[in-house]
Amino acid sequence: MAEFLKGYLAPDWLAYLVAALVHAFLLVNLVAIGALIFIWLERKVSGRIQDRLGPTRVGGKFGWLQTLADGIKLVTKEDLMPEGADALLFRLAPYVSFCASYAGYLALPFAYGWLAARLNVAVFFIVAVLGLEVFGVILAGYASASKWSLFGAMREAAQVVSYEVPLGMCVVVPVLIAGTMDLTTIAQMQEGLFVNWFVFHDPFTFLTFWVYFTCATASVNRAPFDLAEAESELVAGFHTEYSGLRWSIFFMAEYGSMFAVSGLAALLFFGGWNGPLPLIHWLGLADATNPLAHYLGNFLGMVNFIGKCVFGVTFMMWVRWTLPRLRIDQVMTTCLKYCTPIAAVTFVGAVLWTYWIPGGLFLPSRYGQVREGQMLLEPYPSGVDDSLAAAATSTVRIAPAPQSR
Amino acid sequence: MEPINWHSFFFLLFGLVACGFALGVMLSSNIVRMAFYLVVSLAATSGLFFLAGADFVAAMQLMIYVGGTLVLLIFGVMLTAKGPFITMRTSAGEWILGAIVGGSLLVVLISAATNVSVWRTPLEQPAQAQVSATRLGMALLGARVDKLDDSDPAQRAGASGYLLPFEIVSVHLLVVLIGAAYLARPKKRIRGAADEVA
Repeated sequence: MAEFLKGYLAPDWLAYLVAALVHAFLLVNLVAIGALIFIWLERKVSGRIQDRLGPTRVGGKFGWLQTLADGIKLVTKEDLMPEGADALLFRLAPYVSFCASYAGYLALPFAYGWLAARLNVAVFFIVAVLGLEVFGVILAGYASASKWSLFGAMREAAQVVSYEVPLGMCVVVPVLIAGTMDLTTIAQMQEGLFVNWFVFHDPFTFLTFWVYFTCATASVNRAPFDLAEAESELVAGFHTEYSGLRWSIFFMAEYGSMFAVSGLAALLFFGGWNGPLPLIHWLGLADATNPLAHYLGNFLGMVNFIGKCVFGVTFMMWVRWTLPRLRIDQVMTTCLKYCTPIAAVTFVGAVLWTYWIPGGLFLPSRYGQVREGQMLLEPYPSGVDDSLAAAATSTVRIAPAPQSR
Repeated sequence: MEPINWHSFFFLLFGLVACGFALGVMLSSNIVRMAFYLVVSLAATSGLFFLAGADFVAAMQLMIYVGGTLVLLIFGVMLTAKGPFITMRTSAGEWILGAIVGGSLLVVLISAATNVSVWRTPLEQPAQAQVSATRLGMALLGARVDKLDDSDPAQRAGASGYLLPFEIVSVHLLVVLIGAAYLARPKKRIRGAADEVA
């Protein structure tokens, strides 16, 4: 985008600035408007699950302006702070949470080439950054100088630190099949029919997805794992003392990271922006030489991707309003005695599968041309010493740095 | 208007944030605030790594150091505290000792950095190469990634990389983990106490 703008804006530095601001603006709005919509959706979904209607009046038929009304109410609320609180940390904590959640979007591709920064280690980056969100929660719990908040924060800390282990192992499985940590390449490799998606690659990846989703739900602190804000025991957990806009920033961060982990799931397991049928190819929109068609294809891809993310978030809501909250020891048991061993077994299983039966459960029905930077799932030649280096070269070539030599 | 070099701008920004919050760690007396400043400082350092094009190291820095400080904060500070907000006073002797150690380290680092003659002159063509994590992984598993473009196949297969040290370190870590679990487990299983722990 900076290259595109350079043609129009005279100094280069201005072009870079504008490009960066546009990216940041789009992403902030995605998070904010996403939170608005998801809070409305959460009310509707919970209402329907509990056999009531949810909001119906504000803004016409479905009450779709309810969140905006809530927002206006929150803005007019007094910004309270407990007397004994650590003022600096208390004020900063919501922003720390939000920054961590927002930074994950930097590396999240919405369609081919539609992302803020194409990182070579995008998967790793997103997992690392989303893990930092808990920091805001802990600071909030500590700085509030309230027992409930501190309890909530300690629970959250214990939970997130433990769930990062199986989460990391689950994320590694698609990375291992793809041979890269670049999310764009990972999504490209799942092009074509839906049988190409990594979730259907082999039985182990299928299992891995469910473990991933459980751990992701836990790591974004959603019910049934919302121990940190267990309102029946801890008043409201870490945000007991927060009111008004600061409180809502915590929620923006929470919905933001829900969307981000769903997006990561969509990219790693469900083909990213590739739909279940290669419609974009059938309509001839994958042609990179025609800018309009390419743009349309990318737009369809983005719709696809966002649809998958919204589905993931809705799934989390469904789970939240269906299952009761776990006790802290049950949370730990789920993590250490179930998720971690299952993740370890599926990891080993996926390794062995790709070693013995490369190419997936269903034969890869690849559609369209091999794009730049894409690697086919070829079996690595085995046995000879030389083959390791051959495999290495073929793997290294997918790195998005053609200008390096 | 003077053109802005964004690379230098962000380098200075991250550098200033890292140094400023490092000073904050030193001057603050509230332990949790110190930990928070440390996190900001380390995050800015990871920003410097991103700026240098070392994405993998930067993400590592975020995950290990920043995440590790989190654990430090929880287990090291909160579980050992008696009062609500812990403060720590440093005596003059500790200041002097710290100044000597830190100052000598600074002198060593600065002299080492200025001794490299290549670094003294600005590069004509800044390197555009982006090292991918795939190469790092291949190197850890024993491939000689620096020999991959070699025409001689015998050279390409290469000698062992870092597979053995890598394995030794991982086995060592496993031993440490098992040892920690062994030390942390209750010595005698008492019915009431075990229930309380669980």
